[in-house]
Amino acid sequence: LHAFQIFINNEWHHAVSKKTFPTVNPSTAEVICQVAEGDKADVDKAVKAAKEAFRLGSPWRRMDSSHRGLLLNRLADLIERDSAYLAALETLDNGKPYTLSYSVDLSLVVKCLRYYAGWADKNHGKTIPIDGEYFCYTRHEPVGVCGQIIPWNFPLFMQASKLGPALATGNTVVMKVAEQTPLTALYVASLIKEVRFPEGVVNIIPGYGHTAGAAISSHMDIDKVAFTGSTEVGQLIQQAASRNLKKVTLELGGKSPNIILSDANLEDAVEQAHSAVFFNQGQVCSAGSRTYVQEDVYNEFVERSVERAKKRVVGDPFSLQTEQGPQVDESQFKKVLGYISAGKRDGAKLMCGGGVAADRGYFIQPTIFGEVKDNMTIAREEIFGPVMQILKFKTLEEVIERGNDTQYGLAAAVFTRDIDKAHYISAALRAGTVWVNCYNVCGVQAPFGGYKASGNGREFGEYGLEGYTEVKTVS
Amino acid sequence: MAENGTTENGQPEKKIPFFPHPIKNLEVKYTKVFINNEWHTSVSGLKFATYNPATGTKICDVEEADKADVDKAVEAAKAANLRSSPWRKMDVSSRGRLLHKLADLIERDRVALATMETMDTGKPFLHAFFIDLEGCIKTLRYYAGWSDKIHGKTMPVDDDFVCFTKHEPVGVCGAIIPWNFPLLMFMWKMAPALSCGNTVVIKPAEQTPLTALYMGALVKEAGFPPGVVNIVPGFGPTAGAAIASHVDIDKVAFTGSTEIGKLVKEAAAKSNLKRVTLELGGKNPCIVYADADLDLAVEEAQQGAFFNQGQCCTAASRIFVEEQIYEEFVRRSVEHAGKRVIGDPFDPRTSQGPQIDQEQFDKIMELIDSGRREGAKLEYGGSAIEDRGLFIQPTIFSGVKDHMRIAKEEIFGPVQCIFKFKSQEEVIKRANSTRYGLAAAVFTKSMDKALSAASALEAGTVWINCYNALHAQAPFGGYKMSGNGRELGEYALAEYTEVKAVTIKLTQKDH
Repeated sequence: LHAFQIFINNEWHHAVSKKTFPTVNPSTAEVICQVAEGDKADVDKAVKAAKEAFRLGSPWRRMDSSHRGLLLNRLADLIERDSAYLAALETLDNGKPYTLSYSVDLSLVVKCLRYYAGWADKNHGKTIPIDGEYFCYTRHEPVGVCGQIIPWNFPLFMQASKLGPALATGNTVVMKVAEQTPLTALYVASLIKEVRFPEGVVNIIPGYGHTAGAAISSHMDIDKVAFTGSTEVGQLIQQAASRNLKKVTLELGGKSPNIILSDANLEDAVEQAHSAVFFNQGQVCSAGSRTYVQEDVYNEFVERSVERAKKRVVGDPFSLQTEQGPQVDESQFKKVLGYISAGKRDGAKLMCGGGVAADRGYFIQPTIFGEVKDNMTIAREEIFGPVMQILKFKTLEEVIERGNDTQYGLAAAVFTRDIDKAHYISAALRAGTVWVNCYNVCGVQAPFGGYKASGNGREFGEYGLEGYTEVKTVS
Repeated sequence: MAENGTTENGQPEKKIPFFPHPIKNLEVKYTKVFINNEWHTSVSGLKFATYNPATGTKICDVEEADKADVDKAVEAAKAANLRSSPWRKMDVSSRGRLLHKLADLIERDRVALATMETMDTGKPFLHAFFIDLEGCIKTLRYYAGWSDKIHGKTMPVDDDFVCFTKHEPVGVCGAIIPWNFPLLMFMWKMAPALSCGNTVVIKPAEQTPLTALYMGALVKEAGFPPGVVNIVPGFGPTAGAAIASHVDIDKVAFTGSTEIGKLVKEAAAKSNLKRVTLELGGKNPCIVYADADLDLAVEEAQQGAFFNQGQCCTAASRIFVEEQIYEEFVRRSVEHAGKRVIGDPFDPRTSQGPQIDQEQFDKIMELIDSGRREGAKLEYGGSAIEDRGLFIQPTIFSGVKDHMRIAKEEIFGPVQCIFKFKSQEEVIKRANSTRYGLAAAVFTKSMDKALSAASALEAGTVWINCYNALHAQAPFGGYKMSGNGRELGEYALAEYTEVKAVTIKLTQKDH
């Protein structure tokens, strides 16, 4: 196995404090290995390296932009080469089924890196006709040293979605990976070295949010911070960032409404709504965690959804039949069970599941609540687990109002055959992504991000370049 | 030249040879018409010969495509362009992967391709390897990156409508390629066309079909579906004309002389109003101010005139020098020309090979002669190299006047014409008084002179303190009769895209 340490300047370092922390296999609750625990002192070292790598005249600043793209493509090549290993390591650390780590996560990682590789030499400024005897143009420059704090739900993919745009546009990076799932990101660090990105361009620190993460968001020499995680922590980061007014982009929580109209293809809607909630053990920021079903088809929808949920195979993520693995750790496990209790207490109707699914590890039964009301805890708060809430509605205007009645605004979906209704609803919902007759469709070519408390800024697509670009006007 | 110590391969293990050596006795495997990923003999049964201009010997025979073969190729390209076809249904990012794969294969076979290009064109092998092949690979990789980034727009129209545009492929694109940079010009057309999802029917020049045909084998190996790329070697008046006037070709791109460009555009209009882009000739002015870095200007201006045996549409064929430094410029140019090595293109010391064929040779010699007769001063060269077929001495004329033929007509040979000028207004006026408008250059240390000249010059590309600096990321094309449309950069995508606006009626729309 690898030395799971701190990656700075293309070298492996112990923590300054010499401390380590364990990372746990959520299927068995056993420790996999110890990992170096980065803290403020390590962040300081990393920032220093990243600053040096960003200096004018450095190899990274002097490199042709097309060559930056070439390096990103090479990194994608190496990740493809090692994808079986990476998928297995991801499943070991996170608990997601191996078939999905391999076919979904790794595939998205490679696509994301290749997509941004293509942008590297296409970040165009403009020449602008201004009044007066002046020649005026804009330069699209890198922002500088970018802090990136990534979550545990899609460790590799979250890493790639942050590295892709940051490196394509010429920035340097100090990345803190989630304490629950540090392993795959650190393996990728060894590939970054193998591909020969210049030293200091990418630095990766395993550690905790309140220490290493906080050090990043308040660091005076970090020019921008990008965070994906809970809204609660996102608020802390935004506040800490105001210390030097570093730029901030946030991808936070959601309580996304999935709206099923009576003219929908019901079989399809049931299957999609099922994935919308249960995919990745429910640990998806865009999970369709409020399923609004029009009253005409409500009963049938609930019945079919329960039938589907009962068939869901929960078990060892390395088994090829498994659809659902464990929750990522004990804390999440307890939190989800807590929400299930709240649902029962608040009077929602438990249709299936509702309990623990195995004797060891953090497995939870696929759970469905019917007769859910908008004011229940399970209808308002982000559960981040395999718990489906089904609510009934009558009219379009009503469901739009109810769908928008949330602090969040990450995603939404509508299932209908009617072109007029599809457009009306997608225009009306205050959400960064609206899916029509599908769910969780994630093309790296299209932007993704939140309205309201679900975040600031967009990732993916051409729009993803903006957060990593500083515009300079030259006249 | 590979810069920043970088290697061009997708694989970190492989390295390009720092000093590549050509392949001796290279076998030419691909000499047939390429349609639907298969090799076909010509419908007529005819073949034509392709020659090595350095030795005058025949390299091999190539199947001669004519209208009937073009018809077959268009059938194949049309089928591959149907909305139900594998090519049209493929993920856009997969199109990019295929283009990258083709670039990988070209890297793998770079030495063979450079050898072949040298055999067929006579250009120095090291140029073919480090300039032509480098450009091919970079252009392919650049457009591979665009394939999933071809964005339409949504727009806020009045009233209750949702409106968006789709940027669709044009369809079947014909391309007619010249002989001066055969493989590079092939890529400049193929890469953006495929990136945008089109299918292509490409006719390489009859003088230089070999590297284009090799591409057929690599296209197939890379995994492009059949019919996406079709290659029809043949002559302009037959195969080329068939493409320009084909009613089932949706767009034609031509690089070559202005004279033929006009014929292509005419045929395109008369047949089916197919879209047309043209990259034609130039008589490109290079302005050297007294405050220029003189050594730099002499070097760049000379490269601009003599590079590729003068066979560049961007050739620096009118060098305007400010009177204060005129004498010194001429003197240094003559001295510089003396250092050029004319000889065997496979010799690494060679900087100049033969002209492409007898027809070009005769035309150049005739123009050199006209220079003498019309009273320009021959400073250097002026003759063919006696015992060597198509080789012409680097030639420098000074005291050239604007009315002379060598001042007005595109020579396409190693002939540098130097003119004197007094003032900025004068030189800009003289530089612009041509029907061409492809490129221009300015040598000066003054930012103000540079930028005001750049604004005033009627040319698609203006170089400042450099020459022939072309990059896949920046557009290239002509003002006036030097062409229509732009190649390279994002701009090329517009030429290979058809815009469809979709407008949907709603019962109510909110912004």
